[in-house]
Amino acid sequence: MATIASSNQRTRTARTGRLRVLAIASGGGHWVQLLRLRPALAEHDVTYVSVDKCYRSDISPAKFRVVNDATRRNKIGLVLLAIRVAWILARVRPDTIVTTGAAPGYFAVRLGKLFGMKTIWIDSIANVERLSLSGRQVEPYADLWLTQWSHLAGVGGPRYAGAML
Amino acid sequence: MIFVTVGSQMPFDRLIRTVDDWAGRRQTPRLFAQIAGGDYVPRHMQWQRFISPAEYRRRIFESELIIAHAGMGTVLTALEFGRPLLVMPRRGGFGETRNDHQVATAARLAEAGYASVAMNEDELIGQLASFDQVAASSAIASHASVQLLSAVRDFISGDAQPSRDSGVQSHPFPAVGEELAHAKAA
Repeated sequence: MATIASSNQRTRTARTGRLRVLAIASGGGHWVQLLRLRPALAEHDVTYVSVDKCYRSDISPAKFRVVNDATRRNKIGLVLLAIRVAWILARVRPDTIVTTGAAPGYFAVRLGKLFGMKTIWIDSIANVERLSLSGRQVEPYADLWLTQWSHLAGVGGPRYAGAML
Repeated sequence: MIFVTVGSQMPFDRLIRTVDDWAGRRQTPRLFAQIAGGDYVPRHMQWQRFISPAEYRRRIFESELIIAHAGMGTVLTALEFGRPLLVMPRRGGFGETRNDHQVATAARLAEAGYASVAMNEDELIGQLASFDQVAASSAIASHASVQLLSAVRDFISGDAQPSRDSGVQSHPFPAVGEELAHAKAA
């Protein structure tokens, strides 16, 4: 039944020209930067994902899901986060994933790529001198791999295509 | 009202203590501080550890000056409302964040004229002494640059991947989704 439902949904999506987009970020500045991309996502069917249920009010009435936040020091949290992100990808089945980091976006891009989705990583504008660690590690899985600082872009590195400011 | 904020992630006692000392000496301005999990509790300011995103935006909107760490959430929100911003970067060496990335961010913000920057407590006191002259920022747009929006929009809609053309059957994901659904149910 799930297969039928999902195939109906894809057909409808194809007819209206709207694509499913998963926009995901951790809290604070990562989330504020993700919000600044809203005009680029407006024509699509967007599901937002972040780490604090309070953020729902920022994007209401758009769809919103919550995951736990985790850092490198919290291995159990990371595993839990990866599972939750995988579950959300399975439910939402986005065509494209866009993220401004950090850990939730990293897992979304890695798993999304595995599942054949298009992936966009926009490294946080806070990373002025070098790309974030997750930004560097995500490189093989990001179809569009962006820095917000032109001096960090270049051959073998991310692309620069404008910034949040 | 002056809004002092360290963001939702980590405490930043060095900022809170310095502003609180200044507030105690100066008496006049009304201050509200959001201090996260800090050990230092303000004596001369109203304070709370965490506030909701909605209250956060409201406080920035209602304040005549924002004093903050160099976190981009705070910086972007203050700039969206065109509020004057005075930032002091966290230092990795003091355990205030993992590394000195906020120092670089703060330097760039100052250079671009987006914020007044104090690199340490003495500079912060100096800036506060003349906070009337902290340059009012002109409001920025509520969205990313047109260039970045176009790049993202074009990529989402575009035919960057050949599989996009054939649409429905090229989506390998449903099978994986089923597996996951069964795994979760089991």
